[in-house]
Amino acid sequence: MIEIKDLHKSYKMGSSELHVLKGINFNIEEGELVAIMGSSGSGKSTLLNILGILDEADSGSYILDKTPIKKLNETLASKYRNKFLGFVFQSFNLINYKSALDNVAMPLYYQGVKRKERYDIAMKYLEKVGLGSHVHHLPNELSGGQKQRVAIARALASNPKVLLADEPTGALDTKTSYEVMELIQGINDEGKTILIVTHEPDIAAMCKRNVVLKDGLIIDDKKVEQVRASSYV
Amino acid sequence: MFNIERWQEIFEAISKNRLRTFLTGVSVASGIFILVILLGAGKGLQNGIEKQFERDAAGIIEVWSGTTTKEYKGLNPGRQIQFRNSDYNQSVQKFEDKLDLRASTNNYWGQAFAYGKESGSYQFRGVNPDYGGIENLTIVQGRYINAKDLESNAKVAVIGMKLKNDLLKDKEAIGEEILINNINFKVVGVFTDPGGEREETRAYLPLTTVQKTFGGGDKISNLFFTLKKTKDYDEALAQSEKFTQDLKDLLKSKNVVDPEDDGGVGVYNSVKDAKQFYDLNLYIRLFFWWVGICTIIAGVVGVSNIMLIIVKERTKEIGIRKALGASPFSIITMILHESIFITTIAGFVGLLASLALLEFVGPMVQSEYFRNPEVDFSVALTTLVLLVFAGAMAGFFPAYRAAKIKPIVALRDE
Repeated sequence: MIEIKDLHKSYKMGSSELHVLKGINFNIEEGELVAIMGSSGSGKSTLLNILGILDEADSGSYILDKTPIKKLNETLASKYRNKFLGFVFQSFNLINYKSALDNVAMPLYYQGVKRKERYDIAMKYLEKVGLGSHVHHLPNELSGGQKQRVAIARALASNPKVLLADEPTGALDTKTSYEVMELIQGINDEGKTILIVTHEPDIAAMCKRNVVLKDGLIIDDKKVEQVRASSYV
Repeated sequence: MFNIERWQEIFEAISKNRLRTFLTGVSVASGIFILVILLGAGKGLQNGIEKQFERDAAGIIEVWSGTTTKEYKGLNPGRQIQFRNSDYNQSVQKFEDKLDLRASTNNYWGQAFAYGKESGSYQFRGVNPDYGGIENLTIVQGRYINAKDLESNAKVAVIGMKLKNDLLKDKEAIGEEILINNINFKVVGVFTDPGGEREETRAYLPLTTVQKTFGGGDKISNLFFTLKKTKDYDEALAQSEKFTQDLKDLLKSKNVVDPEDDGGVGVYNSVKDAKQFYDLNLYIRLFFWWVGICTIIAGVVGVSNIMLIIVKERTKEIGIRKALGASPFSIITMILHESIFITTIAGFVGLLASLALLEFVGPMVQSEYFRNPEVDFSVALTTLVLLVFAGAMAGFFPAYRAAKIKPIVALRDE
């Protein structure tokens, strides 16, 4: 599903240059649930942004679902994002003035799906994340956990190949975090490929594979015995 | 172009962001409102000053007759040419579509006027209703000669202020009978003339009455015309010179006068002297256009500013939309569509409000230097289009930049 070879990325910080990714190699198969771990500054968020076509690598190759991602213009990049990827952010990134239903329906708007069908699909995913009764609420009327559920429903609505989550539980308390992880595990059980960036070991333990980054390099990559979140809840 | 899905998306954004919509709308509406009011006030001032500067009506063309100086078609020089009603009627008929005011008069100088014990020698003229406009009279009491007086050969007189003061002193003039050459005329009006006291010693009588009562037959002394107004002086001058020549040719051929002979038929074209007046008008117009253009610039800056803030405020939303698959093009069209929609609606509201104000309040603020404020609707509409266009341009550049920046940068924007 994802093939990455010798990925480099550096940022200019005034006069000095910050080399964030120093040659990353790894592959992800379909149906995997991968946690990318590392302390802050290890380059994990940068890697996720490159994987999400939100940012561009300086060198190296990135193949997503047999499509090479290289030197895309903005229009094509947005098209690929819409087609291949669903995003879940730490700060939810919902549009404040739109209801839960409208937020979830938005990726479908950019796919050109008709209004009625859009709402039917959005409704289906909101029910799937357990928010069928909150569809007309605005984001500021929802709790943190509920907001993240809306964001997950939105990421799923366009039926992407890969779900990318950047610290999805970073802004949530432990109990809510496990509820969200339970939902993510359920989605993975249905066959969706999911990547989670996290620095919390208990969240990483709920994935099937852990990749550890340090100073821009992968220092550890191992399959783990998945801990089911439902056992905590 | 018409995309119902996009309209729905935009209506949602508009209705959920009322304050933003309201502020944009108010700035555009007030810009248009102020501009239209200014242009209207400028026009009102122009109309007022125009009125102040008219002694006689602007651009009178006066025709008189004299004696011929050249032999023509077997007729001797030295013939006295006498205009008759038919000269006037034919001229009016031929140039009908060019004329504004038209009048013919029959003038009598040094006539015996009397009222009670007072008497004196004054001038009277037989006139028609338009002549009041030619002389630019102001009726201070009663009325002017009207069409009905001419029809019925009424023995009525409109007298000048000086004449009234001489004969009737402080008495109420309207309804009094005065004697002109021992014939009774009823005073129906008193006038003042911006031309001065000398012109206020006259009495104006219906032309038909003068012709019948004083043995004038169908004779007339002078013809007076003004032409329809044109925008600038050069056009007015060119038109009046052509008209003058055509009129001369007509009257000379009718009265058998050599076309080269200027003695028989004389025409004075006062448009030639009206340059000052047109110049002043031009300066007033230029001044208000200048004020208007400054107002538009202020409006454009205001709208641009708001668009900049709106796009800035929406940077994060744009980042989210891009992460979800919005192309840069769809971001730009979304912002432009919304801005054009709001500015157009608000602009129309401002336009209608200002036109309504001019229409209803305008007539209440008449004064010496301010009359009939009005505004050209097409000018107002052009302004609106300009402002909407400016708003769109002002929205375009920040929207273009926002659509260009990487979604990850936009998402970081708090």
